Amino acid sequence: MSPASTATTGARETTLAKALNLALHDALAADDRVHLLGEDIGTLGGVFRVTDGLAAAFGDDRVTDTPLAEAGILGTAVGMAMYGLRPVVEMQFDAFAYPAFEQLAGHVAKMRNRTRGALPMPLTVRVPYGGGIGGVEHHSDASEAYYAHTPGLHVVTPATPADAYGLLRAAIASDDPVVFLEPKRLYWAKDLLDPARPVPPIGTAAVRRPGTSATLVTYGPSVPVCLAAAEAARAEGWDLEVVDLRSLVPFDDETVCASVRRTGRAVVVHEAQGFAGFGAEVAARVTERCFHHLHAPVLRVTGLDIPYPPPLLEQHHLPDPDRILDAVARLQWDTDPAGEAL
Amino acid sequence: MTTLGTRPHDAPGAVALLPGPEPRTLLDAPHGTAPLDPALLLRLHRWLVRGRRYNQQATALTKQGRLAVYPSTTGQEACQIGAALALEDRDWLFPTYRDTLAVLARGVDPVEVLTLLRGDWHSGYDPLAHRTAPLCTPLATQLPHAVGLARAARLKGDDVVTLAMVGDGATSEGDFHEALNFAAVWKAPVVFLVQNNGYAISVPLAKQTAAPSLAHKAVGYGMPGLLVDGNDVAAVHQTVREAADRARAGHGPTLVEALTYRIDAHTNADDATRYRDDGEVAAWRRRDPLARMERHLRERGLLDDAEAERAAAEAEAMAAALRAALAVDPRPDPTDLFDHVYRRPTAQLRAQRALLERESAAGPDTGETNR
Repeated sequence: MSPASTATTGARETTLAKALNLALHDALAADDRVHLLGEDIGTLGGVFRVTDGLAAAFGDDRVTDTPLAEAGILGTAVGMAMYGLRPVVEMQFDAFAYPAFEQLAGHVAKMRNRTRGALPMPLTVRVPYGGGIGGVEHHSDASEAYYAHTPGLHVVTPATPADAYGLLRAAIASDDPVVFLEPKRLYWAKDLLDPARPVPPIGTAAVRRPGTSATLVTYGPSVPVCLAAAEAARAEGWDLEVVDLRSLVPFDDETVCASVRRTGRAVVVHEAQGFAGFGAEVAARVTERCFHHLHAPVLRVTGLDIPYPPPLLEQHHLPDPDRILDAVARLQWDTDPAGEAL
Repeated sequence: MTTLGTRPHDAPGAVALLPGPEPRTLLDAPHGTAPLDPALLLRLHRWLVRGRRYNQQATALTKQGRLAVYPSTTGQEACQIGAALALEDRDWLFPTYRDTLAVLARGVDPVEVLTLLRGDWHSGYDPLAHRTAPLCTPLATQLPHAVGLARAARLKGDDVVTLAMVGDGATSEGDFHEALNFAAVWKAPVVFLVQNNGYAISVPLAKQTAAPSLAHKAVGYGMPGLLVDGNDVAAVHQTVREAADRARAGHGPTLVEALTYRIDAHTNADDATRYRDDGEVAAWRRRDPLARMERHLRERGLLDDAEAERAAAEAEAMAAALRAALAVDPRPDPTDLFDHVYRRPTAQLRAQRALLERESAAGPDTGETNR
C-alpha cells in the first residue's frame, strides 16, 4: 500500500486508519518540519498500520523507529519542537502512554506559558484509545479525562475518516500541542473521504444527526453507538439529535448548548468510566448554561467505574444502544407538556 | 562480537568507555603539563568570584523575603562556571533549578535568572536569545529535551551541541536513563554533566546507587564516562570542552561526573545539620573551588592583589545592582495568566479573564461579589 498524494482529489471510500495515513503523508510532504517518532512506526508501519509506507517514502530521519520508551519519545520530541520542528509522536496504546504523562503535563502543556510564548510546543501526540477490539489488559483504556484536565493541551478525537484526515492535518498545523485520540475500534470503519475538503477547525463540534426530542452528546468511539441508538429510538417515537464533540478541548459550548436548548433534554455518552469523567464536565456545562431550557436532569451513560475489563467481559462495560435508550426513557417525559405530543 | 550486530565500542578507533579510577584534576597538576591558558584562567576566576557573590547575595535576599526560595551552588561554582563557559554561543544549555550560575554565565540578566525563584513568573529570560532552556524543576525531565534539540539541530545540519546538567540524585530517575540511551542510539551531540554533590536533599549517594561511580553508568549506553574533580574549574572546563568537541565532530554524547559538594543546605528551607556533620563540610571547605583557583593563579604569578580587587569590585557592583532591582516589589499582571496558555485563549479562558478583570477593577475590599 503506498499512500496517495494530495494531488488525488474527489471523495473515495476509505477506512479511518487509511485517512490518518493519508493525513500524515500529506503533512510530511507539505512541511519538512514534520517528523514522526514512535515504536514500530517505520519498517512495520505501526501496529495499526497507520504509518504504513511513510518511512519508505520519507526516510528514517523523518519517520523514526525510536527506542522503546514513551517518556523518552515525548521528551525528545519536546526538544525537537524547541528547535522549530513539528514532531508527531505515536503512543502505541492508550495505557502505554502513561510513562509519557510527566513530559506531557510538566512540559508539553506548560512550556509556552512558562516562557510567555517564546517556546511554543507545536507537537501532536497520537494515542489509539478505547475498547471494543478484544484487547487484553492495558490495551483498551479511555484516558481522555487525564488529558482534558491538563491546561495547555488541545484534545481531539475523530469519529469519521473525513474528520480523521482533517483534524490530524489541523493538529499538525497547530502551534499548540494536540493530544489526538484515535478510536481503535473505528480504525477499520469506512466512509467517504475527500482530502481536498476544507479542514474542520479544532474546537468545533458537529451535529451528526439532527433531531428534536433529546440530544445525545458524545465523541470518538461512541458516535456510531449513539447513531445506532438514535435509529432504534425512532420505534419508540423519539427523534434524537447526535452531537459529535470532535474536540474535547477547546470545548464547543455553542454547538452543544444550541442543541440542548432546542431539544430540552440531554444524555452524555462515553466509554470511559463515569466518575470524575469528561461527561461530568459536559453535564455541568450544559446545566449551568441551559438550566431553564431543560425538562430533565442531564444524564450520563458511561463505562462502569472499574478498571477496564478483560475482553470476554468488555460488552458489560461499554455503553450500547439499549443503555442509551434506557437513559433517554428516564428523561422525565411525563412531566413535560411538550413531551406528551410525542 | 555478537551476531546480532556490531556494538559501538567494538568499532575501530572507539574511545574507552570506562572512567579512570581517579577524578581528573588540572589545577593540582605540575605546572606546564596542563593546557591552561592564562587569559582563560583569569576569565574563569572572574566568573567564580562573581558566582560566589551571586550565591551569597541571592541567599541573603531570600532571608529578607525578596525571593521565595534559593537553591545555592556555593561550593559548586567550578562546575557551574567551568561547564557553561565551555559552550559556544550557538550551543544550548539545559539547566536544573540549581544551575543559576551556569545560566548567569550564558549572559542572562542577573535579575531574570531569578524570576522562577522570585515568583513573578515561571521563567524570566528569553530562551531563544540565550540558547538556554528554562530552569527545570522536575528532576532529569529536561535531559530528553537536550537530546531532542541536539538531534533536531543535527538533522538541520547545524553545528550545535547541548549541555544537559543534572544532579546525583536525579541519575536514579527514568528520564536520565532514557535520555542517555536515546542520545547514544542517535549519536546526538550532547554532553551530560552530573554534579555529584553527595546528597539528594538529605539522601546520600550510597542510598542512590550501587554503581562504582555515576560515570560508570555511561558504559551501559555505549558512551564514554569521565570522572572529573568538580572543584577544579580548569578540569571541569577542559573536560566539558573536550566532550563538546567530540560531540561536534559527530562522535556522539559523553557523560561527565563532576565530584563536588554543596556547602550550603539544599535551599534556605532545608536544615543540613540533620543529615551531615560539620567535619565533612569542613573537609570540603578546604577544597573550596575559588580558593584553589586563586592559589593556583597566585603561585603562577597570574593573579595579584590588584586583579583580585578588580574581580571583587566587579562582583560587588553586580550584587548591589541585584539588591536594588529586587528591592522593588514586582507587579505581575494577572491577565498574563491567560495569554500564553494557548496561542489564542479559548472561549473559556476569555470568559475567565474577563471575570478576573472585573474582580481586579472592583478591588479587594469592596465586598462586592462578582460571581
